[in-house]
Amino acid sequence: MEPLLDVKDLKVRFKVKGGYVHAVNGVSLKLNESEALGVVGESGCGKSVSMMSVMRLIDIPPGEITHGEVLYGGRDLLKLPDSEMRKIRGKEIGMVFQDPMTSLNPVHKIGNQIMEVLQLHMTMNKQQARARTAELLGMVGIPRAAERLDDYPHQFSGGMRQRVMIAMALACVPQVLIADEPTTALDVTIQAQIVELVKRLQAELGMAVIWITHDLGVVARMAHRVAVMYAGQIVEEAPSKELFSNPNHPYTLGLMGSLPRLDTGSRERLVSIEGRPPALLRAPQSCAFAPRCKFVIDRCRKENPLLIPVEVNHWSACWVDVKTGRPRA
Amino acid sequence: MTDNNVLLTVEKLVKHFPIKKGTFFTKTIGAVRAVDGLSFVIHRGETFGLVGESGCGKSTTGRAILQLHRPTSGSVIFDGANLVQLKGEDLRKMRRKMQMIFQDPYSSLNPRLAVGDIIGEPLVIHNLATGKQAQERVEELLQLVGLDPRFSDRYPHEFSGGQRQRIGVARALALNPSFIVCDEPIAALDVSIQAQVVNLLEDLQSKFNLTYLFIAHDLSMVRHISDRIAVMYLGIIVELAGSDDLFDDPLHPYTKALMSAVPVADPSVEERRQRIILEGDVPSPAHVPPGCRFHTRCPVAVEQCKVDVPTWREVRPEHFVACHLATA
Repeated sequence: MEPLLDVKDLKVRFKVKGGYVHAVNGVSLKLNESEALGVVGESGCGKSVSMMSVMRLIDIPPGEITHGEVLYGGRDLLKLPDSEMRKIRGKEIGMVFQDPMTSLNPVHKIGNQIMEVLQLHMTMNKQQARARTAELLGMVGIPRAAERLDDYPHQFSGGMRQRVMIAMALACVPQVLIADEPTTALDVTIQAQIVELVKRLQAELGMAVIWITHDLGVVARMAHRVAVMYAGQIVEEAPSKELFSNPNHPYTLGLMGSLPRLDTGSRERLVSIEGRPPALLRAPQSCAFAPRCKFVIDRCRKENPLLIPVEVNHWSACWVDVKTGRPRA
Repeated sequence: MTDNNVLLTVEKLVKHFPIKKGTFFTKTIGAVRAVDGLSFVIHRGETFGLVGESGCGKSTTGRAILQLHRPTSGSVIFDGANLVQLKGEDLRKMRRKMQMIFQDPYSSLNPRLAVGDIIGEPLVIHNLATGKQAQERVEELLQLVGLDPRFSDRYPHEFSGGQRQRIGVARALALNPSFIVCDEPIAALDVSIQAQVVNLLEDLQSKFNLTYLFIAHDLSMVRHISDRIAVMYLGIIVELAGSDDLFDDPLHPYTKALMSAVPVADPSVEERRQRIILEGDVPSPAHVPPGCRFHTRCPVAVEQCKVDVPTWREVRPEHFVACHLATA
C-alpha cells in the first residue's frame, strides 16, 4: 500500500553563532492511511523540528532544510510554491501545537478563529461557517458550543482551549493530523479527555495521526506504531506492542527503565541513563548515543549505525544485539 | 506509632488568598481557598507524597508548612515547636532544619551568582561557615550531588536542567536539614534525567535520614518514591493511605479517576484497562462547590453529596478517605 505521507532522509539545521545546530539528521518516516504513529523522544531530539519541517513551518533562516523529500499525494511538499503549500496546510494536513495558552489569538473570538479556516479553505459563507464551527466545537466536547462562539480564549480553560485547537485543526476534515505534544501542558485527567477525544475522532473520520510526545504512556495508549528519536535520528521503530514488549535499542531500554510503572508499584531503583544528550553542533558521524550507552563497543564510536530490521516491521539503529550483548553480524 | 516518630504535625491548616477590589479603597470581596483545612502527620525518615492537579493547593501547602506563606489559620508543629507562632530569629533558627527544592531549575537559581555562592549562601546567612571552611563545604556538597567540585566558580547558565536541579539539591542540603519539601523537583526535566534526580534524592535520604514532603502531579513517580500518599482536590485532602494500599485499592472516586487517567507504558495493559474519564474542569477555588467539593465531576455522586460535607474517616487501618460512599 502506498503510504499517505512519506518522509525521506530529512535533514534540518539551524544557524547559530559560530556554526550550525544539526537538529534533524536523516529522518525517514512513512505514515499509512488511518494510522496513529507515535514519535517519542526527549527535548531537543528533533521530533518537533522534523514535523514542523514537514509542514514547512520552521523559520528560514535561521533554519534550513538541507536534504530530503516529503511525499504527499505524489508531490514533494518541500518543493511546492508557498501558495500551494498554504492550500495543503490546515486543509489536508492539520496541526495541533503544544501550548494551548499561546496558540490562540487572544484578541479574536474563538468562533471567528475557526471560521477563518473554513472561509479560507472550504469557500463557505459566513453563516455556513458559523454553523459548522458550532458543530465542530460540539464534536470536540465543548458544552453549549453555539453560545460560546463569541467568547475569547481567556474565557476557556487549558483543556477547553486545546479542544478549540483540535476543532480548528479538524475544521476541514484533514487526512493527516500532526499533534505536537498536545497534552503536555495539561493535567492528567484533562490529558485523558484529549487522548480519548483524538482516538474517537480518528476512528470516526478515518484520518491518520502523528502524535509527537515524550510520554511513553500516552504512546502506549494511542499509537499503532512508534518511532523513537534521539539526537535528530530515528533509533528504533516498531509496532507499538512489539516496541514495548521487545525494545531493542539501548536508548529505548533506558527510557523504559527510567520510568516507574503505576500499575506494578515496584520500589526498585530506577535505571537512569547517565549523562545527557549531545549538543549537535556537528552532525553525528558515529552513534550519537554511544557516550551514554551501556552496551557500547568500538564500532559505535567510529560508524553511525543505520536502521536494521531486527524483527518483522521492527528496526533498530544499533551495532550491538542488546539481547546477547554481542556485536551484530 | 509513637509520638517520637512524628517529625511534623499539620493541623487544620488553612491558607486563603484575599480577592480585592478597588484601587485606593480596596476591600476584600472574596477569597481563593487554596488550602482549606488540612491535617496530617509526617514521620521521621519517611517520604510523604502529595499529589493533585494544578491549582489543587499542593504547592501552597508546602509553602505554608515552611512559613513561606503565612497560614491563615491552623498549626504546623515541627520538632515540638509551632511554626505558625514563631517569628524573627526563632523562626530563622528553625529554618535551618527545613529546606525546599523548587520545581523550575531555571528560575530558582540566581543567574548572577556563581554556583559556589549559591550553595554557600545559606552557610553565610546562618553564620555557620565562612571563607575556606565554606568553600570546603561547598565542594563536599557538589561531590555529594554528583557534580565536579571544580564547578563552584561557574554560573547557572553553564549547566543543563538536570545539573541545575542537582545544584538546587546541594543548596537545600547545605545546612544539614532534617526535612525537605520537594516541590515538583522533576517536573521540568526530561525522562532520562528525572530518574537520575530521583535516584539522587533516594540516596541522600538513606544517607542522612532525611524526611521528604514530595509534591508532584506525576502519580507513577510519587508511587515509586513515597511511603504514604495524600491526594488533594480543591484545597483539601480527599484520601490518605500507604503508597501500595492507595494504588492497589483506591477508595475515593477522584483517586480512582486520577489513576485511571495516567497511561501505562505498556499497550497490552492499556488495552484492558478501564478508564474513568472525568467530565469538565476543576472548579475555581474562589467558588468552592457546597457539600462534597468533588460532586460536580464525580461519576457516582448522589443527592447527599451535593449537601453534606463528607467526614474524614479511617475506613481501613491507616487508610483515610473523605467520601460518603466509600466502604472498606
